[in-house]
Amino acid sequence: MPSYRELLQHVRTEIDEVDATRARELIESGDPIVVDVREQAEWDEGRIPGAVHVPRGHLESRIERAAPDPTRRIVVYCSAGNRSAFAAKTLGELGYEDVSSLAGGFTDWKRNGFPVELQAGLDAPRRSRYSRHLLIPEVGEQGQLKLLDSKVLLIGAGGLGSPAALYLAAAGVGRLGVVDADVVDESNLQRQIVHSTERIGEPKVDSAKRTIEALNPDVQVVAYKERLTSENVERILADSWDVIVDGADNFPTRYLVNDASVWHGIPVVHGSIYRFEGQVTVFKPHEGPCYRCLFPTPPPPELAPSCAEGGVLGVLPGVIGSLQANEALKLALGIGEPLVGRLLLFDALSAEFDEMKLRRDPDCPVCGEHPTITDYVDYVEFCSGTREPA
Amino acid sequence: MKQVRIPPTLREQTGGERELPAEGDTVRDLLEDLMGRFPALRAQIVEDGDLAPFVNVYVEGEDVRTLDGLETEVRPDATVILLPAMAGG
Repeated sequence: MPSYRELLQHVRTEIDEVDATRARELIESGDPIVVDVREQAEWDEGRIPGAVHVPRGHLESRIERAAPDPTRRIVVYCSAGNRSAFAAKTLGELGYEDVSSLAGGFTDWKRNGFPVELQAGLDAPRRSRYSRHLLIPEVGEQGQLKLLDSKVLLIGAGGLGSPAALYLAAAGVGRLGVVDADVVDESNLQRQIVHSTERIGEPKVDSAKRTIEALNPDVQVVAYKERLTSENVERILADSWDVIVDGADNFPTRYLVNDASVWHGIPVVHGSIYRFEGQVTVFKPHEGPCYRCLFPTPPPPELAPSCAEGGVLGVLPGVIGSLQANEALKLALGIGEPLVGRLLLFDALSAEFDEMKLRRDPDCPVCGEHPTITDYVDYVEFCSGTREPA
Repeated sequence: MKQVRIPPTLREQTGGERELPAEGDTVRDLLEDLMGRFPALRAQIVEDGDLAPFVNVYVEGEDVRTLDGLETEVRPDATVILLPAMAGG
C-alpha cells in the first residue's frame, strides 16, 4: 500500500501545477474559475479574490454548480498545494479538461504579496439561521451577506407592510425602515399580522419594531412615526434605501412615493388591495414605467374606495405583501426577473393570476423625456378630484 | 359574446358580476354594449368620448393605449380586463 507521500507524488505527475506568479497571470488574463477547496474556517480568514468555495469533501457533488462548463479553465488551490493536487486529479476524472493546481497554495500566494479578499463571512450562528438560504446557489453566502447589508424602506405597517416586514426581517435584510403614523386598532388585527391584541393603542411602528426584533435580532428597524409627506420625504430618503416597498393606503402617498423614487432612482415594489383583488408590480425608475405612466391621474374619490370603506379579505394582503417581499428580495440580491414592466393581478375568489404588460409613457410628466413635474406638489389636492388635469 | 372583467370598484354599477358578456368587435363596441345595459358605468370609464385617464383597458395582456385605443379589435377568445387604480394597503 503506498504511503500518503508516495500517493501525493504520484498524483503530482498526473496533473498540471502552476506557481503563484503563473496562477496570477492566468487569473488576470484568461478568466478561469478559481476554486478554493479548503475548509470553512480557512476560507473565512482570506482567499483569492473572485474564488468560489467548494470544500474538498464536497468537491464531487458541488463542482458542477460552481463550474458547469467542463471546457473552461479551472485553477484550484488549497493552503499548501497538496489537497488541491488531489482535487485537480478528481476534476480531471470528472471530465474537466483544463485544470491547474496552485503549487504552494494560498500560503505561497500571500508570500508573493498578491491580492487577498478579506471580506468577513457569516459567523456560525448566522450560518445556522440562514442555512436554507446558503443552500440555494442563487443566494449562498455572498447573497446572504448582501441581504444583511441591504436597506429596505416600508411605506405603511398595515395589511401589506405586515407580511412584507416579517418575511424581509426573517430573510435577514439588515435594515428595515417603517413609515406609519397610525396606532394599532382592533379592526387592523384581522390582517395586520405584525401586530397583536396586546398592542392595541400602541404606535404601529413601535409594535412592528418589537415583533421584527423578536423575530430576528440581525435586523435594525428604523421607525418613522409619521405620515410620509412632501415635507419629510427628503429627510427619510436621505437614509439611502436600496428598495421601497409601497404598502400605503391612499393615493396622495402613492403619487408622492412615485415622484420621490423616480428623482432618487430607487425601485418601488408596488402592491395594492381591495376586497378580493390585489395588484403587484415593480416601478424601476427609467428602466420600466413609473406609477404615473400607469395611472397619470388618480380616480375620483368616489371611484376609489379604501379598504376602510369597502373592506378586504384578511388573507389577501398576506398574498400580495408576500409577493412584494419576494420582489424586494430579488432586487436586493440582483437575481431573477423582477416585475418591471409587468403587473400581476390576483383574484382571491377565482384563485387566478393575470399578467399585464406595462410600458413607459414617453410623455410621462415625471419620468418621461420632457418632465413637467420636477418638484413635490400638493398631493392631497392632486388626488382630491378638484385638480386641473396634469 | 366576449367576456369583460369588471374591477371590484365598478361592480356596484354592474350588478356585482366579476365578468360580463358583451357584444362587439372592438373595445369601443364592447364598452358601448356594457354602458347601454349599465348606464351608470359611462361616467366611470369615459371622459370626453375617450377612455378616462384613470382607467386602463387590457386586451390579451396589452394596454389598449399602446394598441389602437378604443378601436382595438377583440378576438372571440380574448380576455378583456378593466384595470382600476386601487390605493388600499
